[in-house]
Amino acid sequence: MIAKALRSAAPAVLLGAGGLVLWELILLVVNPDGFVLPRPTEILGSLIENFTEILAAAGTTGFIVITGLVGGIALGVVWALLVSQFRIADEMLTPLAVALNAIPIIALAPIFNAWYGLLSPTSNQAIVVLLVFFPVFVNTSKGLTSVGAIELELMHSYAASKWEITKTVRIPNAMPLFFTSLKIASSLAVIGAIVAEYFGGRQDSLGQFIVQNAASSRYTEAWAAVVAASTMGILLYFVSGGFERVATPWRRDVDVVG
Amino acid sequence: MTGHIQGSAAGGVAASAAVEISDLSKVFNHGKPNEVHALDGIGLSIETGSFVSLIGPSGCGKSTLLRLIGALTAPTDGTVLVNGKSADQARLDRDYGMAFQTSGLFGWRTVTQNIELPLQLMGWNKLDRKNRAAEMLELIKLPEFGDHYPHELSGGMQQRVAIGRALSFQPSLLLMDEPFGALDEMTREHMQTEVLDIWKKTGKTVVFVTHSIPEAVFLSNRVIVMSPRPGRIAADIEIDLGARTFDTRESQRFFELITQVREVLRFDEDSR
Repeated sequence: MIAKALRSAAPAVLLGAGGLVLWELILLVVNPDGFVLPRPTEILGSLIENFTEILAAAGTTGFIVITGLVGGIALGVVWALLVSQFRIADEMLTPLAVALNAIPIIALAPIFNAWYGLLSPTSNQAIVVLLVFFPVFVNTSKGLTSVGAIELELMHSYAASKWEITKTVRIPNAMPLFFTSLKIASSLAVIGAIVAEYFGGRQDSLGQFIVQNAASSRYTEAWAAVVAASTMGILLYFVSGGFERVATPWRRDVDVVG
Repeated sequence: MTGHIQGSAAGGVAASAAVEISDLSKVFNHGKPNEVHALDGIGLSIETGSFVSLIGPSGCGKSTLLRLIGALTAPTDGTVLVNGKSADQARLDRDYGMAFQTSGLFGWRTVTQNIELPLQLMGWNKLDRKNRAAEMLELIKLPEFGDHYPHELSGGMQQRVAIGRALSFQPSLLLMDEPFGALDEMTREHMQTEVLDIWKKTGKTVVFVTHSIPEAVFLSNRVIVMSPRPGRIAADIEIDLGARTFDTRESQRFFELITQVREVLRFDEDSR
């Protein structure tokens, strides 16, 4: 199984490695001082050199990402359950969700900083929650409501209650779409946390590390933090895929990327 | 009225009739420009333990009639009594097992879990559920497929599981709406034999909607021929084929009965 996974990952790894080598070689020729764009080896060097600091910053940002994700997922799922259960909730809460999503959420970061304090992580968490909530809500409510008429009539013929229908039909039906939204949300959470950190929050975060190093023209260090942030996004993506495999055993043939 | 093979020794008329329909009408979009009289003035009594087919052209209301019996829709006028109760009460008492053209199996449940679903909703314990599911798998002749997921099964197998699930809680009525409509001809004939076998073993009352005249004649001891706009009963034909064997499909009487049903449908077509 591990051999199979390695074999299926080989093309992507080859492409990535080839791209990095090309990047390195071209920059060696056209831009040897590495000022505008550093070479991969320089970025790696900086990552190793600043490892402790970047790891601590990643810890701070990771905390924002995870707590924001959990909050946003909970909000999205509860909202979707309400909307799928009660017509009145659908009529009231669905337009509200759309309206919330229409706000350019990142633009709220400076405002939230004013609310919660410039150095408080709460404003960053709030940004992540808002960003994560919408894709989770839209996909989950779609999954909860797109149940076939025959399935519902069968449950009706078993004299099943509304909650029993939700528990045994709607929720399992929503699982694949929920996990799709989780993959989207995990990347969004990293983006949201870092951009929010540009505006405030704790000073030992990846966002602040990037801002401060870029401001003093230390681009290689900034890139090293970008690499750390990307790694976090990729890890979260695969963790989501792992949860999906465990939670939807009937779809074992589903690829993690799929 | 024909087709009352079994006697009424069990009690009065109400006790021996599984379904008692009187003066039943169903109008869709009542009072609107697209108003449709799906059924008009239907009267029908279905004997307990009988196998009754509803047949007719598209739009004759045969599916609507089945749905009214199963309390999936409410009548505009008239009454449906099932085992002496209102159809909705019969539904709440779980008197119905249902199977449709598509199997309606839940893709996230294994075959066994699908069969166990109604039992789970009825609060059966794990062991009883498991035992009943095993019995059902024997009945539908898929004993080794319990742990498979529906998508791993052929269309005919999925329909058998759907029938097994419908019968798992031993409802007194089995309502089937073109359950073999999506199957190829060979699988279909095989499934017909299976369903007759299951009917003989379980003694359920079966109401079966179909488009196919041979299917209706082969399966039933009574065929209700319906005509459209508004849906009404055009003929009520008793089927006296005796025990079905492989030769039944090639027997003289089989063809005569098919012709008889076809004549009703044709006469009805010509008279409009």
